[in-house]
Amino acid sequence: MADGTLQVGFETQGNVVVVTPQGEIGYSEATVFRTWLRKAHDAKTPRVVVDLSKVDYMNTPGVATLVESLQIAKKAKTRLILCGMNEKVFAIFRIARLDTVFEITPTAADAIAKA
Amino acid sequence: MGAAVRAGGAIEPQGGIVGTIRYHQPTGADAVSQGTASNAGAPPHDAQIRVELLSHPTYISGVRELVSSICRRIGFPELCCGQMALAVDEALCNVMKHGYEGREDQPISIGMHVHEDKGGSDHSSIRIVIEDRAKQVDPKSICGRDLQDVRPGGLGVHMIREIMDDAVYEKREGGGMRLIMSKKNPSQGSSCGLAGGGQNHG
Repeated sequence: MADGTLQVGFETQGNVVVVTPQGEIGYSEATVFRTWLRKAHDAKTPRVVVDLSKVDYMNTPGVATLVESLQIAKKAKTRLILCGMNEKVFAIFRIARLDTVFEITPTAADAIAKA
Repeated sequence: MGAAVRAGGAIEPQGGIVGTIRYHQPTGADAVSQGTASNAGAPPHDAQIRVELLSHPTYISGVRELVSSICRRIGFPELCCGQMALAVDEALCNVMKHGYEGREDQPISIGMHVHEDKGGSDHSSIRIVIEDRAKQVDPKSICGRDLQDVRPGGLGVHMIREIMDDAVYEKREGGGMRLIMSKKNPSQGSSCGLAGGGQNHG
């Protein structure tokens, strides 16, 4: 499968890892995204923040990687926080009824500040 | 990697041809405006626009852009245009992943039939037919998973059924599967007729 054109920022801020994908997260890109999310969990910080403010589009393979990431976080008793979703991306979570399953904040600053 | 335009509607593997788009004038009555996809009068191949592509994920984004653009042109609300494109994206992902099991050189055909309301924009509709030559499965077995069961995967069919007014799977004569989806223009300003309004996260 092609890897697509997804670029991913990865940064540790204190006890928080911030993952910032940029571009589209579709069928092709989900595998790359999953690799970065696993790397974030491997850092074993109490919180992983996924900043989706630079994601223009996501489909269910992309959502599935985040569900998998949430399961890893729960198993490790850490937190996964999503932030910065645009209306189109948020609609997918709402349709899948995942908007109440994930911890979601408007911005990365909110997510990082969250106790 | 090149692209080529060719005539003909059958879906057959074409070495080197990665995508074909054909437009033609519709004949006869508009099928979408007459009813749901499952009982539409026109046969599935009576499309005004036909796209033929190989089962490579690279081509999904182009199809998405086309669907979104057509929906916008016939007056669908902006968010709805994106969700229509998402429904087609999910359907193509399912064909590539489950139908063709990741093989990237297999044929997929997409037919679109548009009914545009010339007097306004809120009675337009679109019917989209996706055909493949993948393994056949019982259409009744194609269903979204229980959303209470939170786990990765199994959301694509749920998305399609939530977004579209109608989505019917059937076996094609001679092999492969066909998905017939239709959508009427929801009222202006709505979020594609889906439950819930704007963002409330945070």
